Amino acid sequence: MAGEDELKLLGTWASPWVSRVKLALHLKGLSYEYVEQDLDNKSDLLLTSNPVHKKVPVLIHNGKPICESVVILEYIDEAYGTTGPSLLPTDPYERAIARFWVDYIDQKLVIPWKVAFTADGEEEKTEGIKQMLAVVQTLEGALKECSKGKPFFGGDSVGYVDIALGGLLAFLQGTEELCGTKPFDIANTPLLLAWVERFTALDAAKVALPDVTKLVEFAKTKRLRI
Amino acid sequence: TACTTQTQTQIDRDPKQPGAMAGEKGLVLLDFWVSPFGQRVRIALAEKGLPYEYAEEDLMAGKSDRLLRANPVHKKIPVLLHDGRPVNESLIILQYLEDAFPDAPALLPSDPYARAQARFWADYVDKKVYDCGSRLWKLKGEPQAQARAEMLDILKTLDGALGDKPFFGGDKFGFVDAAFAPFTAWFHSYERYGEFSLPEVAPKIAAWAKRCGERESVAKSLYSPDKVYDFIGLLKKKYGIE
Repeated sequence: MAGEDELKLLGTWASPWVSRVKLALHLKGLSYEYVEQDLDNKSDLLLTSNPVHKKVPVLIHNGKPICESVVILEYIDEAYGTTGPSLLPTDPYERAIARFWVDYIDQKLVIPWKVAFTADGEEEKTEGIKQMLAVVQTLEGALKECSKGKPFFGGDSVGYVDIALGGLLAFLQGTEELCGTKPFDIANTPLLLAWVERFTALDAAKVALPDVTKLVEFAKTKRLRI
Repeated sequence: TACTTQTQTQIDRDPKQPGAMAGEKGLVLLDFWVSPFGQRVRIALAEKGLPYEYAEEDLMAGKSDRLLRANPVHKKIPVLLHDGRPVNESLIILQYLEDAFPDAPALLPSDPYARAQARFWADYVDKKVYDCGSRLWKLKGEPQAQARAEMLDILKTLDGALGDKPFFGGDKFGFVDAAFAPFTAWFHSYERYGEFSLPEVAPKIAAWAKRCGERESVAKSLYSPDKVYDFIGLLKKKYGIE
């Protein structure tokens, strides 16, 4: 079938949800046009592509928009099933487990992180930190269960859960400065610490993730709403 | 009040239950009778013709050891046990059924873009409907008015997404239909607490709800709107709301 295959990604440089999509596209070896969005002054393209949520990321494939990072990741895996590595496992039960942990990350990690970052009161902040660390501890267990001794949640190669958590990495690395606590440490989360080293060394991560220093500065000045 | 949780005997006799015998494929569903999330799974299993054992969790009495073992992270129903292995989160369970039983009738379309659209709208229903609905019956005054405005917006958005199609899946009952159909039993309660009329606000959704109710999978999985309304009354008492 002749004809170009056009991928366009609407995003913002700081967004971890956008980073997820960039990671997936890089891992699959797919080229795309990236269009930085101004969320304080939303473009017509963004508003027509995502009228329901008006958010980034939006992946536009040959003119057709796909919204919500998790939906986009599954779409990339299915639309490009024969291109590059698979992002999700092939076994149905393993797919369910992968989806479960991605959903867990989205449901449970972000909110306490935000509280830890933005809370004015000391008590509220402490509670946010406590909840965030509990979630991180659960993810340590998830990594052990999913990796079975291999380098990634996806096993030998980067998978769906790696990408979902990896998208958040710059924020996680900035957590000590932004929230006043390290999310990972050698005593409690040795597997995750090693995973962070491995993941940040990937070419895809170097391209897809924002610079941590720049992100921390930006977050501090904007009291970032992610 | 008429609306208490069912005892195991009632469930065994209840024509809605597929019977206490375990399915040959080893499917067991941990569920709570009125849960719209559990009902999604019941509907999907029925649409796919998959036999299973229904196991009621009496959530009003607390969480059983069985549930806590099956879902230690969230401690929630529904949980689908397949040959003893738990799958959690209703939409994840639905996708699992697609993957694990590829010969059964599919709820998701085969085209990747159409699948993405289905996942998007199921996610929308998941993020919006139950939480907003809960605020409608839990809150009063300005916060309730806000919840009402949001609910109308949600229903209008879904009305637009459905358009002139018979189902969200198109001609066939599909993934989004299974995800949203359980809430048709809650519309009556939303209407009463929100003081609006669904056919006025979202006529296509109202017609779709009727269409869904005519399907055996839906009719056998849902309880009447009046029962749901009574259940909400029970929850309010439990939380000390009035």
